[in-house]
Amino acid sequence: MSKTLVEKIWDAHVVKSETGFPDILYIDTHLIHEVTSPQAFDGLRKRGLPVLRPKQTVATADHNVPTINQLLPIKEELSRYQVDMLTKNCAEFGIELYGLGHPFQGIVHVIGPELGITLPGKTMVCGDSHTSTHGAFGAIAFGIGTSQVEQVFATQCLLQQKPKTMKIEVNGKLEKGVTAKDIILYIIAKISAAGGTGYFIEYAGSAIEALSMEARMTICNMSIEMGARGGLIAPDQTTFDYIKGREFAPAGAEWDKALEYWKTLYSDADATFDSVLKFSAEDIAPMITYGTNPGMGMGIKEHIPSTNSQPDKEQLSYQKALDYMGFKDDSSLIGKPIDYVFIGSCTNSRIEDLREVAEFVKDKQKAENVTVWIVPGSKQVEQQAKNEGLDKIFEHAGFQLREPGCSACLGMNEDKIPAGKYCVSTSNRNFEGRQGPNARTLLVSPLTAAAAAVTGRITDVRDLLVEA
Amino acid sequence: MRKFVRLTSAIVPLNIENIDTDQIIPARFLKATTREGFGENLFRDWRYNGDNTPKPEFVLNDPTYNGQVLVAGKNFGCGSSREHAAWAIQDAGFDVVISSFFADIFKGNALNNGLLPIQVSDDFLSAIFTAVGKNHKAQLDVDLENQTVTIADTGEQTNFEINPYKKSCLINGYDDIDFILDQKSLIEEFEQKR
Repeated sequence: MSKTLVEKIWDAHVVKSETGFPDILYIDTHLIHEVTSPQAFDGLRKRGLPVLRPKQTVATADHNVPTINQLLPIKEELSRYQVDMLTKNCAEFGIELYGLGHPFQGIVHVIGPELGITLPGKTMVCGDSHTSTHGAFGAIAFGIGTSQVEQVFATQCLLQQKPKTMKIEVNGKLEKGVTAKDIILYIIAKISAAGGTGYFIEYAGSAIEALSMEARMTICNMSIEMGARGGLIAPDQTTFDYIKGREFAPAGAEWDKALEYWKTLYSDADATFDSVLKFSAEDIAPMITYGTNPGMGMGIKEHIPSTNSQPDKEQLSYQKALDYMGFKDDSSLIGKPIDYVFIGSCTNSRIEDLREVAEFVKDKQKAENVTVWIVPGSKQVEQQAKNEGLDKIFEHAGFQLREPGCSACLGMNEDKIPAGKYCVSTSNRNFEGRQGPNARTLLVSPLTAAAAAVTGRITDVRDLLVEA
Repeated sequence: MRKFVRLTSAIVPLNIENIDTDQIIPARFLKATTREGFGENLFRDWRYNGDNTPKPEFVLNDPTYNGQVLVAGKNFGCGSSREHAAWAIQDAGFDVVISSFFADIFKGNALNNGLLPIQVSDDFLSAIFTAVGKNHKAQLDVDLENQTVTIADTGEQTNFEINPYKKSCLINGYDDIDFILDQKSLIEEFEQKR
């Protein structure tokens, strides 16, 4: 019987399937961090259980860490306690921890791929909704709650309903200045913040196949922003080339065996999806969000849709979002002054993102009215940026290159955007208060963020690329 | 896990769509390492001003409304996977959340804690908001055994769906870990076969 990629991987991991019950799904790799794990470890203690497969579990500290002076004790007491708890819990339960100071430390969804832990055909979970990132390798990867973290600790399995499948095809060639982030913001704007709920999404088509692994991660990362449990892309030569030689990737005979299996990981030509959507790359412009959910996005030169054009029942929430942002119906955002630029997060903090920004800002400087933070996704990304001299370019531009962590993506650690300020951000969520109480977030690609940093205003990066 | 069988209660209406888990509990309040105490920061930034004084117009600060059923607009619980959102709602005294659409992860988290998420039609959701608009003390009857929600004032009733396994977990107060651990030998067999 023909199968989709999701079905192939899912079926290979079902421990038990019984009518009337969710499947018992085996989990190959469990990633954990300091925020969503302590209550799960406590649960194990209360039940008197060990972590069943500690070697299939990897930990890092990312959400709650400062991004300057990381080797000093964390100033904020509760944050410090939470990070210390992770260290203690990992030691007690025998889990490898890449904590602060470790050369592998970083955002959980950046380190998995760069260490060769994320591999095609795997099932992977983490107590973080952006676990969908790992789907870029052709893995089933999704975010879970803390009770489920405890479940995976205790059993290396999860009780899960098999998801519905959706295929999103993007064909054609992207215009210069348009990137993977714009593709995914475009898709979300088209299908809404709830349009993918209940589905696992497979991204396909020539525009997706042409993307690098890091760009594919940006796409899969934001699957959750349309409500999808996960998103994935069939592995191909780009995938295999990226994985080969990484720290924990298979090598030698193991590599050959793995590769043989990975090459079977694609949706069969006649496999049926529950839903299929198609988009043209040529229709996609650099995107920006204007509201308080990632579905409220538009081409950067477009005007904000009017409240009246929204369905009746949604007008109140829509108006509330525009009021929060300080924006008006039918207005354009081009030329609007901004206060902060944040380049980072599990969506866009990898070396290619930093290279792209550096190439654009080389010999340029930030506008005076803007504070610019660049937060690399991991110690390895940070080191690579320095090896390539990107740090000098950022320094000259007046950008702050900070240390790895989730930083201003989520307003949890020390890095917060002040109330009322506008932040042009490469992160994934523009919810009210996401980057700090009353902060206003505009989601964009790294290239669009770099353009805003240089002009101090919302800018169509294509206009600057033409000049260059 | 907390059991749930049946409840008759007044309603706390929150007619806003796309309520994300950052609104339910902002990230800066996720630093606790236990499951308790998150209720005081439920809807923190809608409920309190920057100086921690309550915003009187917000429904949770309005003594007119109380009850163990939270009723909210569609796509409730979107965003982050933080289970703290379900803990905060429960800790603030709610046993049921009703919406016309739930985000997947939130729904799973709620069920894993004995907080019952009930999806109803847009029309039934509107009927609840209308009923509570007319009578702030309007009561809802939530019957898990029969999978029904009834607006007491009007007698309007709807059925709701729930996975039969999850239903029995709620009624009996047992959780997924108990269920899987009962079949641990299957896991080891699976690992050996691969």
